[in-house]
Amino acid sequence: MGKTLAEKILSTKSGSEAKAGDIVIAKVDLVFVQDVTGPLAVRQFQAAGFKHPANSLKFAFFLDHAAPSPSYELSNDHKLLRDFARETGSWLYDVGQGVCHQIVAESLAKPGDLIVGADSHTVTAGGLGAFASGMGSTDIAVTLGLGKTWLRVPESIKVILSGRFPDGVYGKDLVLHLIGRIGADGATYKALEFSGDAISNMSIPERLTVANMAVEAGAKVGLFPADKVTGNYLSAQGRKADYQSLSPDGDAVYEQTVNISLAELEPTVAKPHTVDNIALAKELKGTKIHQVFIGTCTNGRRDDLAVAARILKGKKIQPETRLLIAPASRGVLMAAIKAGYIQTLLEAGAIILPPGCGPCLGLHQGVLAAGETCLSTANRNFRGRMGNPESFIYLGSPATAAATALNGEITDPREVI
Amino acid sequence: MLTGRAFKSGDNISTDYIIPGRFAHLRSNLPELAKHVMEDADPTFAARVKLGDFIVAGTNFGLGSSREHAPLVIKMAGVSAILAKSVARIFFRNAINLGLPVLLCQTDSINDGDKLEIDLKAGTIRDMTNGNQLKFSPIPEIMLHILDEGGLLPYIQKHGDFKL
Repeated sequence: MGKTLAEKILSTKSGSEAKAGDIVIAKVDLVFVQDVTGPLAVRQFQAAGFKHPANSLKFAFFLDHAAPSPSYELSNDHKLLRDFARETGSWLYDVGQGVCHQIVAESLAKPGDLIVGADSHTVTAGGLGAFASGMGSTDIAVTLGLGKTWLRVPESIKVILSGRFPDGVYGKDLVLHLIGRIGADGATYKALEFSGDAISNMSIPERLTVANMAVEAGAKVGLFPADKVTGNYLSAQGRKADYQSLSPDGDAVYEQTVNISLAELEPTVAKPHTVDNIALAKELKGTKIHQVFIGTCTNGRRDDLAVAARILKGKKIQPETRLLIAPASRGVLMAAIKAGYIQTLLEAGAIILPPGCGPCLGLHQGVLAAGETCLSTANRNFRGRMGNPESFIYLGSPATAAATALNGEITDPREVI
Repeated sequence: MLTGRAFKSGDNISTDYIIPGRFAHLRSNLPELAKHVMEDADPTFAARVKLGDFIVAGTNFGLGSSREHAPLVIKMAGVSAILAKSVARIFFRNAINLGLPVLLCQTDSINDGDKLEIDLKAGTIRDMTNGNQLKFSPIPEIMLHILDEGGLLPYIQKHGDFKL
């Protein structure tokens, strides 16, 4: 019997014939923490009696969630992580370098890797064909010490994508549509595996956006095959040797199949306060928006800023709407400056934040007032997520976000492109 | 045998409800952080919960972020188990890793304030208030072993490695 992508990778990493439902102990390639899960992971690592990270794995620290730190408490946490990284010789990506998941995709993840991170959006690297999953601080501490972890091999849901995106429709609309269809727990404990003829036309940034939100359907991992597009992306990052092609066996067994025709998708928005509370952007026309946020591990890449810049070029945003933009990494920011996007966005009235998570999780840089609404390109709209339980968060693509900033109300981007 | 009262909550209680990101600066000051447990779901929870009580939830409890502080502050509040129709996977692992049982069962028949008696070994929940008896789904074996040791750290300290 053939294997799914999840079974293939976990078979290799566990040295066994891993089938869905099995519990395996698997060798981990990369483990990482960020600044609000890292301090507990370090303390648990020390409490467990570990002295050094396992030699077999790569280990990285990212200071991205509170970047730069808005409080002395978080500054102390940053210091703890910097000190530990220095003492253990681990990689440290300090404040201003960007969001962990973007840097992992740019520089560290490769097809077939097993990656665990102390952040739920670790699933992002599934866009490159890595089995990447989020865990808590104690699991990460033990993985760091042992170089391995236990995993239940997930059943896979096959998502077959056909056709091409129409103008104004992107990977974000696809994944919001999918979550709306299967529900916020529609893939709990399972792998979402993407396939179909549309994949070869989807860029890596687009795949990363889709994989990133797999966890919003409860999935353990969101996996794309590794193909020529993956190879070209890695080559462009100077990592040609990291490429291997990877696809599921033709006779792999899936728990269920979901078919999506990209041509039938329209700009899609998640309404407050759950990600599966889906509507079409055009159905929400007239919804006043006080703040628009473009950024995060979901949609803070160069292509996302390019889409926003194209919509806003030579125009001004609604004066009563704030437009915040946080590039996902320093590399993204530099590329966006070079391409002129930042100039365009500033001229349109945007505020440019440092590379990092920005206001996504309510720590700093754009906390909403009571009763205010935000349209964000992030991945979560839970009540209180952006720092105020009395505010309202809508999620959409960068195109929907830019069009919304232009009009001050939720706008289908096809009206303005 | 665990005994306590049921604190009923709904579906989709996210980690942002359990311990919001706006309190991230308190994560290295756990006693202060724990004062905000479940604040955005039920602002009176922290004041009312007593040692041994249970959170009784609907579907998809603990969805969202990987923050282990979510089950940690629930445990610090004295909660002895979480009962839910379903639970998000990272939260599930995190709770077990901290030695906090998460029991999957039908929770509709349990009302807020009901007195419950739970036998972890037998897999049964007795609702002393309405006399109902419920069964919870078996906990996967490796998680049961971790739970038996009181969490992942004591488990690793004892065994030195994962044992299947």
